[in-house]
Amino acid sequence: MVKQYTKNPVGAHYGTRGFLIQRFTAVIMAVYTIAALAVVVSRHPVGYAGYKALFAGAFGLFTLLFLAALLYHAWIGVRDILIDYVKPMGVRLGLQFIVATVLVFYFIWAAALFWGAK
Amino acid sequence: MSSTPASRAAVRRPKYYDLSLAHLPPPGLVSIFHRISGALLFFPVLPLLLWFLGTTLGSEEGYRRFADWYAHPIVKIVLIVFVWAYAHHFWAGLRYLLLDMHVGIAKAPARKSAVAVLVLGVATAIAVGACIW
Repeated sequence: MVKQYTKNPVGAHYGTRGFLIQRFTAVIMAVYTIAALAVVVSRHPVGYAGYKALFAGAFGLFTLLFLAALLYHAWIGVRDILIDYVKPMGVRLGLQFIVATVLVFYFIWAAALFWGAK
Repeated sequence: MSSTPASRAAVRRPKYYDLSLAHLPPPGLVSIFHRISGALLFFPVLPLLLWFLGTTLGSEEGYRRFADWYAHPIVKIVLIVFVWAYAHHFWAGLRYLLLDMHVGIAKAPARKSAVAVLVLGVATAIAVGACIW
């Protein structure tokens, strides 16, 4: 006889949200990857001035959007890895706290670099 | 009451870990390398990337410093490994997006696309390596 499915199917759908955000951020990063390759190949920057001019304006903001998507994507991915391999709840939560703090720090760093870059 | 979830979870079950990747079919290899490359991209690639961007955009002197390091073959080898991690994660991610939309979800095409992802990841790394060497 088939065993009855006993798990409570009602939830807050946090998993679904993470699943969807992981895919939305992936699409942003995939588009950026192709755009960045196209920009580098077409504008072919030479030297420091050319390199710096690359990130002035729209492409710099797109880079910041890419980094923001990457950091959110990294949070979901690393959290999944920790949930899979780190079983003691205290250790897992401690590591999650460190990862989240580091990612927020990275975001501030990235925003300082690319917000209003000239 | 022997089949409540709590009492079943309490039963000690034997664990069997097969850590050899050689027995995995291609989709399994794509999956575990997706995870390994993702972990590598989180650390050390992400902090190195931000450090690189901050230093090179910060001053011409910082830009020159990285340009000097870039000439070193060990730096290029490390860079090619990072490119593989990014490329594998990229191609495998595209495959997962297609599978999510039920494209190529049957066993035979899924296996073919998995082989394609493994080949494309390495091919991208080789192509970029040839460009920067």
